[in-house]
Formats: sequence, structure tokens, C-alpha cells
Amino acid sequence: MTPPIADRAIQIIYLISTALFILSLKWMSAPSSARRGVRAGEAGMLLAICATLLHRGIVDYSWIAIALVLGSMIGVPLGRVQMTAVPQRTALSHAFGALCVALVGTAEYYLRAPHVPAFMMGVLSMEVILGSLTFTGSLMAAGKLQELLPQRPITYKGQNIVNLSLLAVAVGLAVYLVTDPGHTRLFPLMIAIPLVFGVLMIIPIGGADMPTVISLLNSYAGLSAAAMGFVLDSKLLIIAGALDGSSGFILSVIMSKAMNRSFTNVLFGAFGQVQVAAAGAQDTRTVRSATAEEAATILAASNTVVVVPGYGMAVAQAQHKVRELYDALTKRGVDVRFAIHPVAGRMPGHMNVLLAEADIPYDKLLDMDAINPEFTQTDVALIIGANDVTNPAARTDPGSPIYGMPILDVDKAKTVMVIKRGMSPGFAGIDNPLYYLDKTLMLFGDAKAFVGEIVRQVAREAHG
Amino acid sequence: MTDLIANLYVFMMAAFVGFEVIRRVSPLLHTPLMSLTNALDAIAVVGAIILAGEHKSGLSTALGTIAIVASTSNLVGGFLITDRMLRMFKTSRSKKPERPERQG
Repeated sequence: MTPPIADRAIQIIYLISTALFILSLKWMSAPSSARRGVRAGEAGMLLAICATLLHRGIVDYSWIAIALVLGSMIGVPLGRVQMTAVPQRTALSHAFGALCVALVGTAEYYLRAPHVPAFMMGVLSMEVILGSLTFTGSLMAAGKLQELLPQRPITYKGQNIVNLSLLAVAVGLAVYLVTDPGHTRLFPLMIAIPLVFGVLMIIPIGGADMPTVISLLNSYAGLSAAAMGFVLDSKLLIIAGALDGSSGFILSVIMSKAMNRSFTNVLFGAFGQVQVAAAGAQDTRTVRSATAEEAATILAASNTVVVVPGYGMAVAQAQHKVRELYDALTKRGVDVRFAIHPVAGRMPGHMNVLLAEADIPYDKLLDMDAINPEFTQTDVALIIGANDVTNPAARTDPGSPIYGMPILDVDKAKTVMVIKRGMSPGFAGIDNPLYYLDKTLMLFGDAKAFVGEIVRQVAREAHG
Repeated sequence: MTDLIANLYVFMMAAFVGFEVIRRVSPLLHTPLMSLTNALDAIAVVGAIILAGEHKSGLSTALGTIAIVASTSNLVGGFLITDRMLRMFKTSRSKKPERPERQG
């Protein structure tokens, strides 16, 4: 039995869409071709949607049209958020993607039950479980990033046991439904438990772990979409889901490597409370602080400056002031570059986007491996709102909870300047010996205001 | 059953292709990469469209419609913001262009 010509045509168009999706990601590899990648993705998407609308089974277009319009109306504002809000927007879109997958899976189950073949029921369960836990987990992550929820990790005794047993019950239900798909009343339970699990999974996760968690949720969203592809027998979906899943997976591997932690450690070992070790010695050590004027004099007299931005820069919205500083120093012939740690900020690549938004050329943004050998020839390393990623204890102190984490070697620069609100330790509560070095100058104040003051002082030097 | 095996092959190959392609993406572009894959993932909308359009049951039409809304918002928002971000990336070699229009 050969399918009618229209069905063949739809399949061919899906094939073209798939090719465009792969090209889209391939062109994403470099900034020069990346926008072409977006065009390819859009073209593939448009083709696939148009082809789907030709599907013979569709008897009524009214709901489809309403939903497409409504979705676009929600999508446009989501595409126009501030760059500082991109991490929460991304988490929110993982939630939407997962919601779509979980809903379609639920509908498919009730349409087919009780005659669902074992394998089909297996992937359907996976689709619904992954979709549901990604939905609530991503909403929680978005809430934490938007600061609607407390960013500090919340932990309690037996947390991991509670979470893992919940997940085990959900998987158990799935196995039971595979053996006997007729138990339609158990199905809602298989949705509800992962929904609760998603919430509980994110509760113990702190802001500093968000880059890994967002990547992991990205991967889950992709995998659930691929499972949906198996259920609907759609190769287009399987491939798109697999691409998204592997992208999220690679990013999570990069993120957890950059923190020297395993996935399980990120998910099950809340940071922060592990140690309060070096507290005793703290009082005897002294720090050197400096004014904006002194900092400006040193910066203006140097040849090479490396700026190390962190989440604190984003919080203070200081990126535009940083760009003014970049302009002022560059004009005086100072070579200014930026060192970007993989987990700086709240999602992969967060700092790059903020600095690009502030019009800093991307060839001045260097990743950790590229910039680290350069610090020995750097006059000033200027740290703005970053802490743990510059902590030399990660290299030298086996007792530190971040020992072994790859860091930016700022302590090898001739002078280190740290803009910081006060001496309180960073998010993870880990003491940073960098601040007590003789070569370190602490610049106490709000990042935005302080950088602005340095810019004014540099300009004054130029005139005086 | 042969379809299932064929689909597993497709999944495996796509995962390897994804791995090789995405491994090469510069860390500079990791944020736009994530928003782009998010937008591409919204291809799940094709399943939702068929579900909502087939009208097989009240439940499936309702769930399908909500699913279309969710994935379309991802699709539109994802492509929009990816393009906005990429427009911001400029080199120092290129002549300094006008600043991107502020949103909001």
C-alpha cells in the first residue's frame, strides 16, 4: 500500500526541514555565520509547519489558528526581554517546551489506551515523566533566577531519599503501565509524581549551580521531545529532540567540568554548607583598599588590563559602565581584554551576551583556556562581581570545597583589583585568599557606581 | 517493529551528529546556542497541530491546543531573541556600527 502523493510530499518537506535544522546548528559554530543559522532554522520550521497543516487527518483549523496566534502573542514579548533576564527566559522556555511534550503525551495515551504496545507505552511514559519534571523544574529555576523564590539552596535531612524514592515510584508506575496499559486511572499519578519531583529537585539548588542545571533541563526537554518523536513515529521530531538533547548534554558536561563537580554532585549535593573552615584566621589578615582615583591612575598607566566579569556585574547592571571604561582605556592605548569563566553568570555564555550587548567587540572576550597563559604578562586584572572563579584556593588548598575547580589565574597578574560591596564571602560562602595578597587592591562599592567613578578619574587624568 | 528499530538508528545517528556539530560551537555563543536549540525543539508543534486538528476527543483537542500555544511561544520567542543576541556580537575590526535599539 503506497501512501498518497500528499503524504509523500509532507515527508520530503520534513526531510528538508531536518537538513536545515542540522545546518542551523552547524552555522551556529562561529559568530560570522550564526545569523545564517537562525535563518536556516526559521526556514526549516516554517516549512515543517506548513507541511503539517496539509496533513489529511486535520478536520478543523479553528483551534490551530487560535493557538498559533496566541502562542505568537506570548512569544514576541518573550523574545524581547532584557539581556540580563535571558537566563530566566531560557528556563521558562524549557518549561513551555516540556509542557507541550507532556500534554501531547497525555492526549496520545488516552486516545490509544488500553491498546498500547509495550514499547510504545515505555517511550510514552518516558515522554510524560521527563516532560512533567522538566516543566515544574524549569518553572522553579525560572522563579529562582527571577528572584521570585529564594536563591539560597534549601536543604533538609533525608532530602535525597525523599526525591529518589518519588522518582522510583514514578518509574515503577511506568513499568506497571507497560505490563498493563489499561489502568487509565494510574496515569494521572504518573504525571503528578514527576511534577512534584521537579519542584523538589530544584529546591536544594543554589544560584551558582544554575548554569549546570539549566543545561541539564535543556537536555531533558530535548530527550522528552525525542521520546515524543518515537510515540508519533516522526523522524523529524526524533532528530530535533536528539540534537537539543545532545546540545544540553554537552553544555552540562562543560559546566560541571568547569566547576570540577559531577552531575550527581550538582543535583544531590547542595553547595555552601560543606565548610566554614578558615574562619578563625580571617581576623589577623589585612586587606589593602584603594579609591577610584588611585585605581584610575594605575589602570591608565598600565599596558595590559584583563577584566574578569561575574554575576555581580550583571546584578549591578554595570556592563555599560564597563564598556565606557573599556573605551576610555583603549583610547589611552591600554590593551583591554575580558576573561570569561565558563560558569560566570547564571547560564552558559551569559557574560558574553551581556558584554556584547554593551557593544564590546567579541574578539576581546576570551575564554579561560585562551586567557590563562596571558595573566603573567598582564599589568592589572580587574575583577568585577566575580569571586569563586578567581579563588586561588582551588589550585592550592586541598581542604577547600572548590579544590580542583579550574579558575582564572588572576593572582599571576602584577596587580589585582577587586570591585566588591564588602568583605562578605561569595555566594558559596567560601573564603577567598586572593583578597589578602599584597598585590591585591580592594575597591569597595557598588560595581556600577565604582566603575563610573574610575571612568571619570581616567578622563580627568587625560586632561590634566 | 522494524519502524521502531529504524527510529532508534535515527535517534542514535542524530545524537552523534548533534554531539559533533555542537562540540564545535564557540563558548562565546553558548547562550544563543541554547535559545536556538530551544526554538528548534519547538518543532514538537507539528505533533500538537495534528492532535488539535484531528478532533478525536475533547481532551485531545484541548491538550493539543494548549500544546500549540506553549510551543509556538517558544518558537517565536526563541528565534527572535537568538537573532537579537547575535546582532550584538561585533568585532573590533569592523567599523563601529550604531548601537542596537534598546528594547522595553
